Amino acid sequence: MSCLTPTVLSDALDALTIEPDALILAGGTDVMVEINMGHRRPTSVVAVNRIPELRSWSHDPATSTVRIGAAVTYAEVLDDPLADLLPALAQAARTVGSPQIRHTATVGGNVGTASPAGDGLPVLAALDAVIHLASNSGNRDVPFTEFVVAPKRTVRRSDELITAITVPVLRGWQGYSKVGVRNAMVIATATCCLAVDEANQSVRLALGSVGPVIIRATDAELFAASAVDFDARLVSDATVKEFAVMAAAASRPIDDHRSTAAYRRHAIGVLAGRLLRRAFPNV
Amino acid sequence: MSLVDIRRPSGRLGDNAVRPDGVAKAQGSFAFSGDLSADGFLWGATLRSPHPYARILSIDLSAAWKIDGVEAIVTADDVPGKLNYGLQVHDQPVFASDVVRYVGEPIAAVAADHPEVCRRALAAIVVEYEVLTPLIDPEAAIDGSHPAVHPDGNVIRHQRIICGDQSLVGEVVVEGTYELGMQDQAFLGLEAALALPGTGGRSVELYVATQWLHEDRRQIADCLGFRPEDVRLTLGGVGGAFGAREDISLQVHCCLLALRTSRPVRMAYSREESFLGHVHRHPAKIWMRHHATADGKLLRVESRMVFDGGAYASTSSAVMIKAVTHAQGPYKCDNATVDGWAVRTNNLPCGAMRGFGVVQACFAHEGQMDKLAAACGLDPVEIRLLNAMETGDKLITGQVVENVAPVARCIRETAALPLPDSPVGGFDGDPMRLPGGAGLTASRSDIRRGIGWGVSIKNLMYSEGFDDFSTARCRLADGVATLKFATAEVGQGFVTIAAQIARSVLGVDEVLLEPIDTTVGSAGSTSASRQTWMSGGAVHGVCCLVRDKMLAQVATGWDVPVERLVIDGAEIVDSAGALRIPVGEATAGLSFDETYEYHHKPTTDLDENGQGDCHTAFAFVAHRAVVDVDAELGLVKVVQIATAQDVGRALNPLSVLGQIEGGIAQGVGLAVMEEIIQTDGRVRNASFTDYLLPTMLDMPDVVATLIEEFDPIAPMGAKGVGEPPCISSTPAVVAAIRDAIGRDLSRVPVRPSDICL
Amino acid sequence: MYQLHVNGEVHEVRDAWVGESLLFVLREHLGLMGSKGACEQGECGSCSVLVDDQVVCSCLTLAAAAVGQQILTIEGVAPVGSPSDVQQAFVDAGAVQCGFCTPGLIIAANALLERSPRPGEMEIREELSGNVCRCTGYGRIIDAVQRVAAARGGTAHDEAATRPAGGAR
Repeated sequence: MSCLTPTVLSDALDALTIEPDALILAGGTDVMVEINMGHRRPTSVVAVNRIPELRSWSHDPATSTVRIGAAVTYAEVLDDPLADLLPALAQAARTVGSPQIRHTATVGGNVGTASPAGDGLPVLAALDAVIHLASNSGNRDVPFTEFVVAPKRTVRRSDELITAITVPVLRGWQGYSKVGVRNAMVIATATCCLAVDEANQSVRLALGSVGPVIIRATDAELFAASAVDFDARLVSDATVKEFAVMAAAASRPIDDHRSTAAYRRHAIGVLAGRLLRRAFPNV
Repeated sequence: MSLVDIRRPSGRLGDNAVRPDGVAKAQGSFAFSGDLSADGFLWGATLRSPHPYARILSIDLSAAWKIDGVEAIVTADDVPGKLNYGLQVHDQPVFASDVVRYVGEPIAAVAADHPEVCRRALAAIVVEYEVLTPLIDPEAAIDGSHPAVHPDGNVIRHQRIICGDQSLVGEVVVEGTYELGMQDQAFLGLEAALALPGTGGRSVELYVATQWLHEDRRQIADCLGFRPEDVRLTLGGVGGAFGAREDISLQVHCCLLALRTSRPVRMAYSREESFLGHVHRHPAKIWMRHHATADGKLLRVESRMVFDGGAYASTSSAVMIKAVTHAQGPYKCDNATVDGWAVRTNNLPCGAMRGFGVVQACFAHEGQMDKLAAACGLDPVEIRLLNAMETGDKLITGQVVENVAPVARCIRETAALPLPDSPVGGFDGDPMRLPGGAGLTASRSDIRRGIGWGVSIKNLMYSEGFDDFSTARCRLADGVATLKFATAEVGQGFVTIAAQIARSVLGVDEVLLEPIDTTVGSAGSTSASRQTWMSGGAVHGVCCLVRDKMLAQVATGWDVPVERLVIDGAEIVDSAGALRIPVGEATAGLSFDETYEYHHKPTTDLDENGQGDCHTAFAFVAHRAVVDVDAELGLVKVVQIATAQDVGRALNPLSVLGQIEGGIAQGVGLAVMEEIIQTDGRVRNASFTDYLLPTMLDMPDVVATLIEEFDPIAPMGAKGVGEPPCISSTPAVVAAIRDAIGRDLSRVPVRPSDICL
Repeated sequence: MYQLHVNGEVHEVRDAWVGESLLFVLREHLGLMGSKGACEQGECGSCSVLVDDQVVCSCLTLAAAAVGQQILTIEGVAPVGSPSDVQQAFVDAGAVQCGFCTPGLIIAANALLERSPRPGEMEIREELSGNVCRCTGYGRIIDAVQRVAAARGGTAHDEAATRPAGGAR
């Protein structure tokens, strides 16, 4: 029974090599719930939130990307200048749990837990983020959309550690919306992230809490790209309406105690339509 | 014995005295029941049924006994006294032995040296079940289509109210069916207790968070086979109650484990266990038909009310009676036909929660009043003023309202309170002001504002012939008063006003409170908005006895006729002479010790037609809600609640305001988010992740006016204030949502899909 | 065995299971009962403490992973019997009823006022939204925080903005 708090990455990777079943602890806001409820009984823990390269982020203007260390917290995402570079992620960050949760919950942990309701995940999906994995047998990069394969299941091997997430910085409007029945501390009923990529004249739309994994509504994206006026930032009411229908059609929601499939599908349509209207305000 | 010293936060009746336990609570040094421990204590934990209805075929404890650190395992076989308990009828097993009737029903309890060992031991107990078809639909309990799930049958109680002309048909008739989901009290301080075994195992001491020490003691003693005097209860610090601590939960289990191991035992529920381990607000389905004249005068109310009591009776009978007897609301009405059912199912047991049946009735009758207003071309305020009840009016039970009944004044003064001065979304553009908040779901243009009303009547104290009383003892020596009572302080602030009463009556500054325990007579329950009236009445009564003895001594000593002596501030004064001496000086070397029991006037049972003076007293309140609604997404932001509440006299206005704001928060919660969701008897959301309580970002502004009309029937003129705030706030919010979206809503909590799909 | 730095003192934690939360260790190993648990999943804030100056839920903090970090609990805010201005304001404003949520709220309110000495009402609501109170409906809590801000700012407490709304006396 042990708890390691390594301060260099190699120590963490060594620990995971020796004990691949060790529990990886980042902010703890997901795994501690499981431990407290008796659903998980760890015998050894590797806490990764003191490894400097996991605790920091960097902006590379040359490649127009931000590399976010896996143990960067949502409170840090909410602060400038990170918020300025990735506004949709900052908007998502403001909806994560409570201030207490945001002070510890990490972007890497959100990715690692891979809940369909993970608040930040639709943003990572919409922006085509890449997940960086490290282990003593080598490092690899996996696009976020390929990283999560099922609810709470990812392609990460147990000896691998999520070290960082690279997020492209797009030129163009981006925004995030989340439906919950409370104005704080609420698990998402439905979430949307819409990002405009002016350079490629494309529209990205990712949906959360409405399927087993985060969904990219590609049909709706292609339709929007063909129907909006990128230069004048114009969109017609008919396009907004059709986009909403296509977004809703892309969702694969279920009934559960938090909501119904019918409501979730409806909400996705409303959110997607409103986000498109905000992106192309016709002014 | 430790005394709570409340010298510093002085204050007399009518002052905003601060809580004597406030600093300790703010510093974290106040001991809640879950904070208590004793040398060599063990942890206790409970094994619960995973099935809503099943026969127990066998219970195998052998594997659990083998786990290192397990010190005791008890089941129904180990209960030495009565096997069943209950507040009104004893129908609930201490441990299920033959049949389990709800998910979460206790089957066994273990004691071990670490909570994790308890967890492993519970997992190692093997129970073999034959799963039975649960009774889920309350209507199946009434129509007899499901076999009895309990020897007492599936109907807990049926009561009719037949009043006046049974064939009257109004010029205007409106009808509706209303539903309420199951609300949880969700106090923050989870169920917890510490049991200390007495020598020889023939007595036990229990520190526990409860609403009624003496009733707990009666039930514990019965189940342990002890005399009541061999069970001593002391109130452990109580982290809120709201009705959920009226029934016992872990009390007998904890005592049994302590007696079995001869060691102190601590039990503390988790949040999930708490959801399963205490009673809830009854889900209800209420049909109503209102008859009125064309100009809106209420003539007759017809109603059928069905309350799902869950697996055991608890207070279901009384809850249903409150509902049927309040069916007319705070309105004059001479004719009624009401049919009430409290039934048994295999859902979670239900019982007391703040508002106690009247919450359910009020949601229905206020929906009806709005329908009536619409049908008669009146606005919501006009219809309510037109029908407002007054002192001297007769209820549909035949009982005359003797209390002050300022219903019209409550409505008028609520209407006079300012509406929000800011537009939708406020002036600062903070998205947190909009429905959806930080979720950034809406723009201002997506939002519609609505206004709605709710007005209610609530009985105070217990009903139907119950001999309701409270006891207080007062000692006065050297100018210091010491009070003793068993009144459960659950956060409501009785400890504050008890001292205010003593200071005002006795003219003292220094008041000490003794521990709250069973070494004095019963105070009755901290429920039914009754403690200010009942225990306040007892403290007031005993202080008056002491004062009279003190004045008699002073009269003799100073040779002044006793009838001329009065207390003025901190002095004894001869009203017709020059004598003026401080109470402390006058009582130097003297001591007085009195005990007093306060009883309210007797009430009667209801007859088969629901007629009888079954209630003690009534209080009234009006609420006006302003909401912003995103009609397309179905999201609601409650912006403001205005209220004027009939309080009789505010003994501590700040404390009254705390009850008003806190009660409104619970009413808002029921209106838009709070519900225990069950599917086939299984709870889907027994956690604070999925049972949502209003946060600071969900709570509206409250503007409140206290209507102070001294009630001559009430001790000190003061009515109970705890329940009314959460009764009509719920229908007011729902009416405001209806107003915003122009759609009928008949169920709470209102879900987003109810608004937009 | 491991060591925790709590309220400026080093505490040794012995015989602990690796899965124990900081809340459990504070209460059951160190005897610091002021931090309360009401949900064990970060949804109520009753267990709020500061870890390296950040308000966190101690129920979601693995105690064994908090070695070397500076932990401040309610017991470290002010000596017993000498309440801080925030604690006294909560009492005076009527922000305490059952009091179970109060220690966590004091920790969160302290941190808010340190960072933002004159918080607006919406800022108070958002920053304290992780602390659930079931008794008060929050009105008096907001008032208490505003009272402290006003008193620390050296300006007169704004009576009109923060007086109890019950005005019928």
